Amino acid sequence: MTAPAAAVENEQRDSAVFDVERLRACFPILEREVRGHRLVYLDNAASAQRPEVVIDAVSDCYRTYYANAHRGVHALSEQSTDAYEAARAKVARFIGAPDSHEVVFTRGTTESLNLVAQSYGRRHLEPGDEVLLTEMEHHSNIVPWQLVCEQTGARVLAAPITDDGELDLDRFAGMLNERTRVVALAHVSNALGTVNDIPAVVELTRARSDAAVVVDGAQAVPHMAVDVAALGCDFYAFSGHKMYGPGGIGVLWGRRELLAAMPPYHGGGSMITRVTFERSEYMAPPQRFEAGTPAIAPAIGLGVAVEFLESTGLDPIERHEQELLSHTMEVLNDLPWVRVPGHASNAGSARAAVVSLVIDGAHPHDVATILDEQGIAIRAGHHCAQPLMDRLGVPATVRASFGLYNTHEEVDLLVSGLHEVRRIFG
Amino acid sequence: MSDLRDLYQQVILDHYRSPRNFGVLDPATACAEGHNPLCGDKIKIYLRMDGDRVDGATFEGVGCAISTASASLMTEAVRGLERPQADALIASFLALMTGDGNGAAAVDLGKLEVLSGVKDYPVRIKCATLAWHALRAALEGGDSEAVTTE
Repeated sequence: MTAPAAAVENEQRDSAVFDVERLRACFPILEREVRGHRLVYLDNAASAQRPEVVIDAVSDCYRTYYANAHRGVHALSEQSTDAYEAARAKVARFIGAPDSHEVVFTRGTTESLNLVAQSYGRRHLEPGDEVLLTEMEHHSNIVPWQLVCEQTGARVLAAPITDDGELDLDRFAGMLNERTRVVALAHVSNALGTVNDIPAVVELTRARSDAAVVVDGAQAVPHMAVDVAALGCDFYAFSGHKMYGPGGIGVLWGRRELLAAMPPYHGGGSMITRVTFERSEYMAPPQRFEAGTPAIAPAIGLGVAVEFLESTGLDPIERHEQELLSHTMEVLNDLPWVRVPGHASNAGSARAAVVSLVIDGAHPHDVATILDEQGIAIRAGHHCAQPLMDRLGVPATVRASFGLYNTHEEVDLLVSGLHEVRRIFG
Repeated sequence: MSDLRDLYQQVILDHYRSPRNFGVLDPATACAEGHNPLCGDKIKIYLRMDGDRVDGATFEGVGCAISTASASLMTEAVRGLERPQADALIASFLALMTGDGNGAAAVDLGKLEVLSGVKDYPVRIKCATLAWHALRAALEGGDSEAVTTE
């Protein structure tokens, strides 16, 4: 078969395989009603829902084989350890990590970023050094850097975004210099959906500095195929709960040689080879960074979420969500009283299916209450991105964020909900 | 949907669209800021005291319909009150929001009763009480650190 023919066949198979109703049936919570309406869940960027296979995997662990990992010699501990490490291997394969020892389990993206800031940043930052962020960062990719800069005398800078909500790569490049030790940015903006061109950022960074490139991938991993080797970054952080996995588990991927040179983040059991009162010797990564009893069942559940995403297919998921985004933007464009700041219709860069909107004369919190009354869950507020809200000149927005189980009918329900807002506040 | 009509009554929408006593009060004898970290809303209350009497009250800030209308109605209601009456008004309003019967009868809330629908929306109660916490802070001295709803 020729390559184009294979591509066509793949295309046909993908569209045949992506059956949103069948997928919805995998998520028990989607059957529930809210205030007399079927739940329309459009708050996936905050936290997604879990398919039954993930819920069952966590439950099965606790019901049948749970014990502490990496400790006992008994049967249950061995089984738990095997399942926990198998989950690590699944995650490594999923993100294209060359080696599963590069996958550190954390509590979530926030902890992953704090880990990099404290273990890598604290060792490499000196007074006058610079940490370069962007104006579209989530607080979890701002505050950890402010903390380590206070400790080291380095400073935090933010590369500007354009009015279209895109990173201004020229100005970003202009801010890079030999004092830049860390570049930290979102792969996908949680508030705008902007997909940053990570390979381009890496290339610019490598040409102008020795900085490590740290990527907050929380909003990317559930929505598009991610290959850390292809991205070329040094660290990549994400959370289980946004990718249909359990809460309380997350991942930090880091280049092996960087992780190997980093001091521990937390001290405790499971991360040492030898402890005396004089000194301790630490295990190699990833165990060095996993002090204490880890979130074993959530990690196993995350492994199952990864399999769920793989069997559904990231490319079909992305295509489906892009169709929902186009549909949403098309309808909103017809409503003169709705603005979508930071999202020009002719914007050049890719967007994930996140829409932050404002309605003339109606505050986002009131919009959220009115939508909630119709069973529609969206997020109103600053989305943990206050500097971005300041940049856009809005105190808050209404954010609809889509997941693989959302439908075109739900887009229409959202829009009719917005009309209800207009009717009340008109 | 009738619940929503209870929440967004015409009086509330009117005070949201055309807030009364909006802006800086000059001269003012006290001011205090209220901050709701959940949504980022901020409200600043200005007071001019004539002895123990509230001679004038204004507010500024950006907020939702509930917080704006509540602040607007509050500045109208508190004007001309002696300090003990103002304290009683605050206590009564907060009691109305929390559904705490005690104290609710102490003061006739008058027009402020339009906000009673908020108590059926627990996540929105902080919107309605934001200005009132700031008012209390202003009466107690003002110009101190911002009060928050958390």
